[in-house]
Amino acid sequence: MPDPKPSAQPVEFAPWVDPKAAPLISFRGVTKRFGDFTAIDNLYLDIFQREFFALLGPSGCGKTTLMRMLAGFENATEGTILLEGQNIGAVPPNKRAVNMMFQSYALFPHLTVWDNIAFGLKRSDMPKDQIPARVEDMLRLVQMQKFAKRKPHQISGGQRQRVALARSLAKAPKLLLLDEPLGALDKKLREETQFELMEIQEKTGTTFVIVTHDQEEAMTVASRIAVMDHGKLIQVDTPPVIYEAPKSVYVADFLGDVTVIEGRANRVGDIYEVSWAEGQPPLRCASPLTLAPDQSCFVAVRPEKVEIHADRPEDENVLQGKIVDIGYLGNLSTYHVQLANGQIIKAQNFNTERDTRRRFTWEEDVWVNWTVRCAILLER
Amino acid sequence: MRRLLLIAIPYAWLVALFLVPFLIVVKISLSDVQLSIPPYTPTLEFSAGWTGIRDFFSQLDFENFVFLTEDSLYWKAYLSSLQIALVSTALTLMVGYPIALAMANAEQAWRPTLMMLVILPFWTSFLIRVYAWMGILSTEGFLNQFLLWTGVISEPLTILNTRVAVYIGIVYTYLPFMILPIYATLEKLDVSLLEAAEDLGCTRRQAFWLVTAPLSKPGVIAGCFLVFIPAIGEFVIPSLLGGSQTLMIGKVLWEEFFSNRDWPVASAVAVVLLLILVIPIILFQRNEQRQREAEQ
Ligand SMILES: Nc1ncnc2c1ncn2[C@@H]1O[C@H](COP(=O)(O)OP(=O)(O)OP(=O)(O)O)[C@@H](O)[C@H]1O
Ligand SMILES: [Mg+2]
Repeated sequence: MPDPKPSAQPVEFAPWVDPKAAPLISFRGVTKRFGDFTAIDNLYLDIFQREFFALLGPSGCGKTTLMRMLAGFENATEGTILLEGQNIGAVPPNKRAVNMMFQSYALFPHLTVWDNIAFGLKRSDMPKDQIPARVEDMLRLVQMQKFAKRKPHQISGGQRQRVALARSLAKAPKLLLLDEPLGALDKKLREETQFELMEIQEKTGTTFVIVTHDQEEAMTVASRIAVMDHGKLIQVDTPPVIYEAPKSVYVADFLGDVTVIEGRANRVGDIYEVSWAEGQPPLRCASPLTLAPDQSCFVAVRPEKVEIHADRPEDENVLQGKIVDIGYLGNLSTYHVQLANGQIIKAQNFNTERDTRRRFTWEEDVWVNWTVRCAILLER
Repeated sequence: MRRLLLIAIPYAWLVALFLVPFLIVVKISLSDVQLSIPPYTPTLEFSAGWTGIRDFFSQLDFENFVFLTEDSLYWKAYLSSLQIALVSTALTLMVGYPIALAMANAEQAWRPTLMMLVILPFWTSFLIRVYAWMGILSTEGFLNQFLLWTGVISEPLTILNTRVAVYIGIVYTYLPFMILPIYATLEKLDVSLLEAAEDLGCTRRQAFWLVTAPLSKPGVIAGCFLVFIPAIGEFVIPSLLGGSQTLMIGKVLWEEFFSNRDWPVASAVAVVLLLILVIPIILFQRNEQRQREAEQ
């Protein structure tokens, strides 16, 4: 019995940095073409046991295709996929210890909720008398006990999603593929289910691959996030790294809000100075990159790193502008500050005081600044 | 008012083309045979006034129906019709389902063509096609010649004028009525359901029996009724392909009507046939309705 307490995780879980760790799944130069359209393009990726791996990317970038190859519904055009070191190219879906939750749910319309969840168990070697208990467990997990007797067309979209989730979890597979599992749930239930998923994952040691359009969800649940575009992996990293140290403007822009400024970098001491517009001071940036003198580059700043002041602060990277837009989000407000040359800088402030009058208002002249370590320098 | 009109039109249609003829047939079935034109009595004469109408009703009776139960020919014919219709419906299903399944699994681009091929036989006369089967199935027919030539058999087979020929004829004629509704349900079937079944541990074959088969049930039921109902009253196929030994109620009806000129008995046969058919028709209606409710 493994220790059931999730808090008992003394060492940091990071098998991907361990060169000796054997991956559970390994994509080796996998390409998938539909006719002459390349959906997955020469992809290398290792996913480790007990990982909660999130796939993020715009619609049509190949996330579902990747999952379908793992489940066994699509064969790679080129390359191999290894599961525990075995090439699974020739293994049919019903022989893989992999279960998938379909994007369209794919619930059996002629079966009740109960029978849908029991479907996989009846096909497994689980003794018949244990099936009802397992189904009840699953129903409780997704809070669908009351609807066990209903057919899929008699329940709501979110409820269907929960049934699909329960059905894919029922067999406790080695690898669970979740294609946008929580998209149709309301925020509260979604958060509950996210923690439920993480708990299941810790309890069962199942490896999860999850597709989501919700970055917050990816940040919450994932051990690592992969950002995809046009069938390629753009970056694969842990949530903090991918958020604070994106390797490209694409990733910085895809995850969270960001202001991107284009300019030319020059090294001054151990800091880069990026000159970017006439009449504006150069932006100072700490970066591990090595750039050639006068190399064109981008400075990316997250809005929450930008401070906003009524008076000019004595600091670095200070810019003056006018507030042109305010987005009120309750706990925080986003200000769009337009500089003299037209550039918009996004700044975010916590609304720490309960005051319906805002600290800053439209058309107000303000100063923004961020520290040297807060901006991200990105190569073109 | 407009709604009433909309409802009135189909009802008027039903009354004029189904209910009125049916009532006429019922009336004839209650009459007595007579050598005259029309060949039965009584006929309603309004000139005699109220007493004429009363006379008319007093002469109607159930004699012909009693007669049907007395002569074993009739119930034997009903029974054998029922049996032939059931067997041929089952055979049509066995032939039609795989065809519908193959059509639904064919490339999207091919489906209209395949559909065309299924409907194509309707473009030639039904009679000509049945005669063609006579040419194929007779002792000197193409089938026997071919089998003799390949050496599978040494003596020609007698197929024509047996029940087998009737089965072949009915299966051939009604096959499209079986294929089309099944194809319609199979085509709508979501492929990801089969994938989900496989994902959950089913083999392809299990996935068929556990997912495809139950989900195509409405199509199968519709197809079976569309074959069974006309097959039970079938007249042309048994008389042309079934020979004299094959007893079917449609043939009996025809003979009563045209050979014996016994319209009242023929009408009684028709009324009983209709009553037998009303049961499956009601079942069919209920199936359709349930299907519609399920789709909502
Ligand atoms: N069977 C197929 N035949 C042809 N093209 C396909 C097929 N399946 C997927 N594609 C194409 O491959 C690309 C990737 O599709 P995929 O379903 O993996 O996208 P996705 O990342 O899951 O998108 P979404 O977020 O909208 O679900 C798309 O451009 C899609 O049109
Ligand atoms: Mg998808």
